[in-house]
Amino acid sequence: MSTEIKQIPKEKFKFVQLDTSLHDVKFETKPVGYFKDAWLRFKRNKGSVVAASIILILLLYAIIVPFFSPYNTTFRDSYYHCTKPKSKFFSKFGFWDGTYKMTVNQQGYDYWAAITAPDKDGNIRSAIVKVLDKYEKTNAGRTNTYYDIILDSYLKVGYEYRFVTKEEYNNMLKYQEETGIQLLYPMVDTKKILVQGDANDANYWFEYDLKGRATRDANGNYIDIFLRDENGDYVYYVEKMGGNQYQVRVFYYDYFVYVHGREPCFLFGTDGYGQDIFSCLAVGARLSFVLSICVAIINFTIGTIYGAIEGYYGGWIDIILERISDILSGVPFIVTASLFQMHLASKVGVIGSLLFAFVLTGWLGTAYRVRTQFYRFKGQEYILAARTLGAKDSRLIFRHILPNSIGTIVTSSVLMIPGVIFTESSLSYLNIINLQSSTMTSVGTLLSNGQKYLSSDPHVIFFPAMFISLLMISFNIFGNGLRDAFNPSLRGAEE
Amino acid sequence: MVKYVVKRILLMFITLFIIMTICFVMIKLLPDPIIKSKLAEYKQELALREAWGYNKPILTQYGIFLKKVFTEWDWGYCIRVGTKFMDVTEYIAMKLPATIAVNLYSVIISVPLGILFGIYAALKKNKWQDQVINVIIMIFISVPSYVYAFLVQYFIGYKLGWFPIVIKTGTDYFSWDMFVSMVLPIMALSFGTIAGLMRFTRAELTETLTSDYMLLARAKGLTKMQATVRHALRNAFVPILPMVIGYFVDILTGSLIIERIFQIPGVGNVYVDSIANRDYNLFMAISMFYTAVGLVMGIITDLSYGFIDPRIRMGGGKTNEY
Repeated sequence: MSTEIKQIPKEKFKFVQLDTSLHDVKFETKPVGYFKDAWLRFKRNKGSVVAASIILILLLYAIIVPFFSPYNTTFRDSYYHCTKPKSKFFSKFGFWDGTYKMTVNQQGYDYWAAITAPDKDGNIRSAIVKVLDKYEKTNAGRTNTYYDIILDSYLKVGYEYRFVTKEEYNNMLKYQEETGIQLLYPMVDTKKILVQGDANDANYWFEYDLKGRATRDANGNYIDIFLRDENGDYVYYVEKMGGNQYQVRVFYYDYFVYVHGREPCFLFGTDGYGQDIFSCLAVGARLSFVLSICVAIINFTIGTIYGAIEGYYGGWIDIILERISDILSGVPFIVTASLFQMHLASKVGVIGSLLFAFVLTGWLGTAYRVRTQFYRFKGQEYILAARTLGAKDSRLIFRHILPNSIGTIVTSSVLMIPGVIFTESSLSYLNIINLQSSTMTSVGTLLSNGQKYLSSDPHVIFFPAMFISLLMISFNIFGNGLRDAFNPSLRGAEE
Repeated sequence: MVKYVVKRILLMFITLFIIMTICFVMIKLLPDPIIKSKLAEYKQELALREAWGYNKPILTQYGIFLKKVFTEWDWGYCIRVGTKFMDVTEYIAMKLPATIAVNLYSVIISVPLGILFGIYAALKKNKWQDQVINVIIMIFISVPSYVYAFLVQYFIGYKLGWFPIVIKTGTDYFSWDMFVSMVLPIMALSFGTIAGLMRFTRAELTETLTSDYMLLARAKGLTKMQATVRHALRNAFVPILPMVIGYFVDILTGSLIIERIFQIPGVGNVYVDSIANRDYNLFMAISMFYTAVGLVMGIITDLSYGFIDPRIRMGGGKTNEY
């Protein structure tokens, strides 16, 4: 840049103002208010923006899914309990397809390999998706064959016996004709089954020895033991209960399609009761969000008013109110929660009593913060000035002092939400509060139901645990970002 | 100082008394029928109920209760949880070692680790090590302890099979075998504590590291190491130590959910059982135990500031007055 000053002719200069007197010019720029300033600072913090989006996604998931999910909390299918997660889209690429690896012996292999059924186009679907390995292992002088197989958890239910009315049976026949899906399969001659307990299992349609191994014909195929009538044709139903009910044998996957009108496909799998985790988790999450947001709003209100009164008036009012909050803060939350549960759960419901328990001691932190802020600001000159000008107490409190502390209170109220969700899930996990009913469930209940399947079906516990962890991490990062955003002293202090 | 301590302790007792009264009345308002059982037991329970004044007004009952508690330290008897008619104090004392053992191991392991990592993060502030530690802190502090419990149970206990999934039975809580079976709950408990201490230590130490006396110390000619150890660390420890002391007092209460998941026969487990089975005497006693531990922890934490930091001790007469 050149510092050389050129010769500028005198006539080119002119006065900016001569006749008006300039005391102060208005800023040309737009004023940046407190919240706008906070928003600008918040936007700059990438981590908390990401966290906020994750929270938003989880919130939308909790709100939207219960309305659109084909399954709800009343849906229970005991045949499809602990089914692995399956996504229709991703299963084309060979993962998230509801299959899992298993090691079985010869008996197990024969059992699973027998579960096959044709689909609409005549392609054979089988429970064993793939045999990874076949090997022999000698244990205590006996050699056994083992198979590492990949099993489809949706097809492995295989065949089931169902009791239907005659009318229903005719409907099923009609359905078969219309869609071309085979629904009814030949009945099994249970007299030919050697092991007594296996007679109820519709998957034993083949001959097997006492060790449980299938006997095979010369070609290595199974030998069926289907029930035949005098002409040698398959029998498709057996009359039960004096002819009122027909016992039929169905391939459960197709039967599910017949009953529900859609193929079974559980995005997050199912839990031990056969409930769809994807929709149950959404219902539980919705409950958690509603409860925690209510608690945060109520505590925000009570805490602000209480703290404002304490801090503004001071003196003996402060001493009395402080003693009350001292006593309340000494009560452990678990004691309040369980006492309220015993007393109020029958009167105002489980959620109501839980809400009371959270509100009883939850506002103490907010009140303490507001009180501190009031002590800091109430003696300052601008308050004295406002009072001298005739401002009333309420105006001083809400207009002049409270806005100073709004940042900290909002942050602490937002951070209260994950705390409430965590506590609620712990309490329902411990069964101190029982939030499970036909229309309701909670994340903690899902976790505690999933615990006994931890070793065999970790997905039952994985998704609720994942949800809550993700929520906690996001809320903490979001809260930190919010705290920094609401702190005007950090203005321009970045980097 | 003495005046302040006496005041705090008196206040604690008043608070405890008020909470106890409310708790007692709340419990007595609940229906508490005699459970059907053998005749001999039924008669024994009737006699005990008579002695505790169950058919008298609640305030009279409370008088009897207070008298028994203060003269004989008798908090009632177990009904539905544990051995029938056993003194609850005895029962709690029986269950306490398991809780203490697990939490003590956890604190002993996590406190040094937390402080060390925190110091490391503070010394490497704004370098990549600090960023990594920050991310780890954020994750570990947020994820609930029960999620760790499931993770360690599944991966270390089940997949790798290194440690048993639930702790072994027996009462030898401080033996080596027991320690091995407690490794998973100890881990689940420790992650959160380590992360919390790390964050706190890091925050405190970064503050003291940038203070003026550090500049003075370096100007005097101390090396960075000397200045950090002699000045920054000592000052940073003023708020850290009360926190550590708090952790040690909290050993007595422990975590209900971790005890549940790992089937530790501790107080927390008994407490959950007493709520589920409506064993009111036990519930009352453990509630008061938790309340008392919480209040004592508050006092000890506050007082320890004074013991550690001479500045607070000197000014204690005035600044702590309220």
